[in-house]
Amino acid sequence: MTNIIIHTFLALLMPPLLLGVIAKTKAAFGGRVGAPFLQPYHDILRLLHKGSVFSTTTTWVFRAGPIVALATTAVAALLIPFGAHPAPISFSGDMILYAYLFALGRFFTMAAALDTGSSFEGMGSAREATYSCLAEPTLFFALITLSRLSGSYSLSQMLTNVTPGAWLYAGASLLLLIGGMFIVLLVENCRIPFDDPNTHLELTMIHEVMVLDHSGPAFAIIQYAAALKLFVLGAFFIHLALPFATGNAYLDWGVFIASMLLLAVVIGVVESVMARLRLVRIPQLLVAATILAAFSTLLIIR
Amino acid sequence: MYSFPQGFPDPAILAIIAALITGCAGIPGLFLRTAGAGQVIAVGMQMLAALLGIPAALALLFARATVTYTLNWGLPFGPCELAIDPLSAFFLLPVFTVGAAGSLFAVGYWPAAEHRSSERGLTFFFGLLTSSMALLVMARNGVFFLMTWEIMALSAYFLLVTEHEREDVRRAGILYLIATHTGSAALLVFFSLLVARTGSFLLPAAGSLSALPPMMMSVAVAALLGFGAKAGIMPLHVWLPSAHANAPSHVSAMMSGVMLKMGLYGIFRTLTFFHDPPLLWGAVLTVAGITSALAGIAFAAAQHDLKRLLAYSSIENIGIITTALGVAMLGYSSHSHTLAYLGLAAALLHILNHSLFKPLLFLGSGVVIHATGTRDMNLMGGLGKRMPKAALLFLIGVVAICGIPPLNGFVSEFLLYLGLFSQLHGSNLAYIVLLAPALALVGGLAVISFTKLYGSVFLGTPRNSTAAHGHEAGATMLMPMGFFALCCVAIGLFPQFALGLISPALACFMPMATAAVVQPLEYMAILGRLSLLGILLLATAAIALFWSLRLRRLPVLSAPTWGCGYQRATARMQYVASSFSEIAISVFDGIIRQRSERPVLSGLFPRPARCVDLPSETVLERIITPVFTVAGSAFAFLRRLQHGQMHVYMIYIFATLFILMIWAH
Repeated sequence: MTNIIIHTFLALLMPPLLLGVIAKTKAAFGGRVGAPFLQPYHDILRLLHKGSVFSTTTTWVFRAGPIVALATTAVAALLIPFGAHPAPISFSGDMILYAYLFALGRFFTMAAALDTGSSFEGMGSAREATYSCLAEPTLFFALITLSRLSGSYSLSQMLTNVTPGAWLYAGASLLLLIGGMFIVLLVENCRIPFDDPNTHLELTMIHEVMVLDHSGPAFAIIQYAAALKLFVLGAFFIHLALPFATGNAYLDWGVFIASMLLLAVVIGVVESVMARLRLVRIPQLLVAATILAAFSTLLIIR
Repeated sequence: MYSFPQGFPDPAILAIIAALITGCAGIPGLFLRTAGAGQVIAVGMQMLAALLGIPAALALLFARATVTYTLNWGLPFGPCELAIDPLSAFFLLPVFTVGAAGSLFAVGYWPAAEHRSSERGLTFFFGLLTSSMALLVMARNGVFFLMTWEIMALSAYFLLVTEHEREDVRRAGILYLIATHTGSAALLVFFSLLVARTGSFLLPAAGSLSALPPMMMSVAVAALLGFGAKAGIMPLHVWLPSAHANAPSHVSAMMSGVMLKMGLYGIFRTLTFFHDPPLLWGAVLTVAGITSALAGIAFAAAQHDLKRLLAYSSIENIGIITTALGVAMLGYSSHSHTLAYLGLAAALLHILNHSLFKPLLFLGSGVVIHATGTRDMNLMGGLGKRMPKAALLFLIGVVAICGIPPLNGFVSEFLLYLGLFSQLHGSNLAYIVLLAPALALVGGLAVISFTKLYGSVFLGTPRNSTAAHGHEAGATMLMPMGFFALCCVAIGLFPQFALGLISPALACFMPMATAAVVQPLEYMAILGRLSLLGILLLATAAIALFWSLRLRRLPVLSAPTWGCGYQRATARMQYVASSFSEIAISVFDGIIRQRSERPVLSGLFPRPARCVDLPSETVLERIITPVFTVAGSAFAFLRRLQHGQMHVYMIYIFATLFILMIWAH
């Protein structure tokens, strides 16, 4: 019970901190002091207290977009184990639901973008649709590999089963998987080198351009849901990359939080040292991620 | 032996009566002078048939019994048996549902007052199509089966060419006629081979044949060609897009929602004959299925004709069902009962689901076409504001067909995924799990296609003046859509009951596979969890909604869409359907081809120019048409036999009869 409470608590409160850490890392690389770690919380609170502007062309679909995106990510957060602790809800086949929940959120985000009738937002949702479609097989190859490794059909067991021991006999496969999943993590969360949340030119954006017309509380929900998505996909990723467990329940929570912060730093470093890719390169890199994950699967099934 | 409560009539008789009622539904209209009276009578009769037939089919399904009637028809093809087993009863459900819903929809969509000349024929053949399909799933005599099959094929043809004054409709009709008769020819071979094997025109009993004799391979190939052509499995799908696009929308709903399933029914029924299907059959079905699914949805993504997109997505869904069936056969042949169970459950449930959301979408497309007068999505837009109810119902259909939780399309795909993953541990079929990423890609492409569809039709601002004057559909058109949408939500939120519904049909299909080894209760429990999470998802969304409504006390302004600084944005600057899928097409270049005509712009102030993107029908244009052209010129000499002189035709008939009689002696 305690674990479930801590799980919910972390999922609710920690996500914006990751954004703060990423921003701070980038500031450090840029030789700046940077905004405080808690800046994203301030931003979200500030937005919640603002009024909204709704475009005259929009319908209820536009208003439903952020809400569905938040709800799907929140439910996905209940399916993923944090650190060595199993998820609050787990059952055979929950990994399929996990993958498809994001599709629901994405569908409504894209529909909300198209509802504004803006060509920029249409452009963003067309890109989002295509790139996430290409990222989908990678996630499934990862799920196959993990399911085969653990002999289980549920995320909690599949992910907590990856231990330093597993690295000893399936190291090559896991290494390939980490490569593939890191690309997916960056794409799905609109990070450099795939997408730049801070760029000034709408023409080159993917995710940020889809939410141009949202304002006030709706935009706060979008920001929070995006942070939560980074948190949930990041939690998946650190199971592969940093599979450490101490055996002590409370210490494990500490390990989990530390690993998540480390992941945020790594993302910040990647964002600092790389430039954004040209849009035509993105599909190629996504196919490369699929191939990495496919080889990892083949290595483990053979 | 089964028993039904005293005082109730035998459900099998009720189902047969319902089938006959639907067949007669259009007849009164042929003789009534008042425009529209026949249509209303037809709706009444179809409703009556549905009210009789659906409870009867459910009763027969849950009784898990086979009821057989023998018709004394006096033809030299042995007794004509009509039998309803759970598999037939299961396929009866969509027949009666879509029949009643479609005829109700027609009252608003194809009103007799506006279409005096075509309405009677349309109503009559719609009833006939419903009836023939209901009888088809009951038929146990090969000749009777072919008769109902042919009535089905021809009444669908007459429905399809309702607007025969249009050139493209006639072309679609001819293409359909050729395809369906090629399929029928294969079925003729199929039934002849079966007769040669069993010595009777009755269909073989379940599990009574062995697949070992080499002749059975030709039986299987003939069945796959004949039934596959009707179901629209690639590459036998060539007739499907143009036929679905050019038929009136409730007819498209019937064809896609039910008639394609008759092809699948044929494949299901054929497979029940054999007790030892070889591994190869399952492999062929799986490969054909996943190819259809991938290529079908890739083509769908390129379409900008609303109904063509839906038609290609039918090919995709048929592909998913065929994959699931193939996977089940692989499991069956290799004695992996879990795989057989999950594959079959996924296939049957997806049949049911597709016969709910596809009619919903086709009826919705009818509403859209009725309001805008075009099928081109590039010309639509902003209809969500003008027809909010239809837009909401359509959205439910779109989410369902993308296979996204918490609606029904996800449940069947979930079962298929479970089946694929189940082979990962300790099985020699581990490699079939590689279908899972392919299926995920299909899901991603479906999201592209349907976001594009929904976005360009219902969202944004109208792109031309007719779209701006679109109006909400009448109650007769919204009610059938509402019914289907309700079913989609119900199955999505309570999938465990849907599994209960298909279990009898499943048990009838493979008694051995589902006997003791598989615990359906286990999967019921998993689906129960799914149901729980679906409700949790809705609850989370409701909380978020409630919370954000409380925040609405803050000032809310209305303003034009932010144009990134540009002040004079027009509706024509929006992303259109073609531009939405442009990236996807460039990524999947090679699979999806389209003919593009780009204008050459020159000078500082170029003249107005046009650009055209036409998605091409690769299989039809590159393979089928060239082959048929060559065949056409090679057999040109046979045309001399076909000259329109009646007396020579009579000589042909007598000569054939004479030769046959000599041969018989």
